[in-house]
Amino acid sequence: MKVGLFIPCYVDAFFPEVGVATLELLERLGVEVRYPLDQTCCGQPMANSGCEDDAAGAEKLFVRNFAGFDYTVTPSGSCAHHVREHLTAVPQSAKAKKVRKHTYELVEFIHDVLLVREFPWAKFPHKVGLHIGCATLRGLHAAVPSELGGGGHNKPLALLSKVKGIKFAAPARPDECCGFGGTFSVFEEPVSAKMGYDKVTDHKNAGAEYIVSQDMSCLMHQKGCAERLGLGLKFIHIAQVLNGARA
Amino acid sequence: MKRVDHAEASSKFIAAKEHIEFHDMRLWDLRLKRDREANALPEWEQLRSLASAVKEHTLSHLADYLEQFESRATANGMRVHWARDGAEHNQIVFDLLSSHGARTLVKSKSMLTDECAMGPFLEQRGVEVIETDLGERIQQLDKEPPSHIVVPAVHKLRGDVAQVFSRTIGTDPKNSDVAYLAESQRRHTRPYYLSAGAGMTGANFAVAETGTFVVCTNEGNADLSANLPKLHIASIGIEKMIPRIEDLGVFVRMLSRSALGSPITQITSHFRGPREGAEMHVILVDNGRSERLGMADFWYSLKCIRCGACMNTCPVYRRSGGLSYGATYSGPIGVIIDPAFDLRKYSSLPFASTLNGSCTNVCPVKINIHEQIYKWRQIINERNMLPMAKKQAMRVAGKVLASPKIYRAALQAANAGIEYLPRFMLYNPLNAWGRQREVPKGRKSSFRDWYLKNRGKK
Repeated sequence: MKVGLFIPCYVDAFFPEVGVATLELLERLGVEVRYPLDQTCCGQPMANSGCEDDAAGAEKLFVRNFAGFDYTVTPSGSCAHHVREHLTAVPQSAKAKKVRKHTYELVEFIHDVLLVREFPWAKFPHKVGLHIGCATLRGLHAAVPSELGGGGHNKPLALLSKVKGIKFAAPARPDECCGFGGTFSVFEEPVSAKMGYDKVTDHKNAGAEYIVSQDMSCLMHQKGCAERLGLGLKFIHIAQVLNGARA
Repeated sequence: MKRVDHAEASSKFIAAKEHIEFHDMRLWDLRLKRDREANALPEWEQLRSLASAVKEHTLSHLADYLEQFESRATANGMRVHWARDGAEHNQIVFDLLSSHGARTLVKSKSMLTDECAMGPFLEQRGVEVIETDLGERIQQLDKEPPSHIVVPAVHKLRGDVAQVFSRTIGTDPKNSDVAYLAESQRRHTRPYYLSAGAGMTGANFAVAETGTFVVCTNEGNADLSANLPKLHIASIGIEKMIPRIEDLGVFVRMLSRSALGSPITQITSHFRGPREGAEMHVILVDNGRSERLGMADFWYSLKCIRCGACMNTCPVYRRSGGLSYGATYSGPIGVIIDPAFDLRKYSSLPFASTLNGSCTNVCPVKINIHEQIYKWRQIINERNMLPMAKKQAMRVAGKVLASPKIYRAALQAANAGIEYLPRFMLYNPLNAWGRQREVPKGRKSSFRDWYLKNRGKK
């Protein structure tokens, strides 16, 4: 099995440790991983803003970079969702279709493809609030959202609950959107920041020390909000926790 | 028409702290009640599929069902009128009122008459229009449009209502007791029912096979409006049609559960024909619906039964208020309906969304709301209606991210302390990110640098 690693632009630039954790975790799980050096972005920021025309260049590059792999794996639910559902600014060649179909977010790749449930090296003795980004939750169906009854499967929780010492906070609105929303975060700044403040406050009130997520973009926004509010919350990507980060 | 600026309007809404906290909490509470009701019915998802299928079937045979409705309703003694647009609708209403010598119209809640701007049209012609739904009446007295399609004054606190009522119907400005305010409005409105020359309702459903229509309410005001005056006018959008009376059960079971989290509305009235000595007129209104029915990506929005569940679940709506959308329809459903009426004016609305998708999941008729929002965004860009700053930011981002070389140069520039990277990565023409949030710190080296150093030999 040949796996191509896609590290989204904002992770590459701002959170390289998340990329490192993703790569190391996949290697620990016995996967042969390669990182194509000429990668940038999946096209989502432009396409979600209505500008599919401006996304075409990035999407073309994405298909070229990952066409040779059995799977493309990325530590970002919203990028995986874009590739699978919205990578339509480029011609839908056999290559493009194959890349789209075989692109997975890290947790679902581990959960659904590798079928791994044990992380004996992982220990995280902290109370964490789990944040499932909306594209990951409702687009990739990582869990059953509350408006559809909740309960049922929850892939990130299934993996995290195997981490030694971990405890979970129960926020009042577990799957309310945090307000990042890509360019929404700057073009609708007043609502975005209010949603972010409400989100991190809900986690804080539930006793969370850390917020853990499959989406660093949500966390980047929430971290910015929590720091401005002085809440003392910490943020960590699920790849880091599963890879055995100690805090 | 001036372009609506949702972000600007929302910042004003957010500034009123007590109001936004109440607004968010009140509507979230409706969402939770809706969840409890939906979860209590094991067949809920089956009902959603059924409701969606009935609506899709009806919309794809709409002309036939409309004609069937017309002939059956006429046989029942109703008079059926057809209105191509809001102007025709308003003229029909005015002509009916004039020919009956009616100077006062009591009416129950109707989004359609707001859509047609009927109130101002009639008032300019000397007709007194009295809203009888409590929330609608509060909004009418305050000269504001409704902010929500089910709970029109939900953005007001009871203190605000006390102020409006003291100014307009003479209540004690210091008394904001809810029962006192509701009772005062009721006493003030009652005489109008008796003196009005005509009453008006909307309809939640029009049944083709029986030529009857159904109005679901909680206050009893629609029945008073319809049954006391000698003339009853019902304004009905053509998409309200359902084929058979037995289909009604599917929708009645879902409407109030979705809207307010109650099993059913207090009153479900079936209007079957005029009572003796009175007249019943139905106006079937198109006003852009036929055109929307022809839009491959957007005709689905005509399935809407106006329950407001998408608004209650929407985190953006709850934190910006209905009035910030500057349109008859607000919230997620407004975001996909309003652009069909006037794309330029409402071109900011599809961006008043995080595409989180909870609206789609609560919709009782399975409208793919968030997918339609995504599609409207593409159309707004194709028609060159994006704000200049946003389009330029996207063009630059697109160019940088299309080229690994330019992308890496941009990263290096950022590492050297030049603020180029945050500019293109955070789409930050107005530096909006940092106003209420800390900016993520730039890093000395990227993941790619790490990879080359640590895995490069492979």
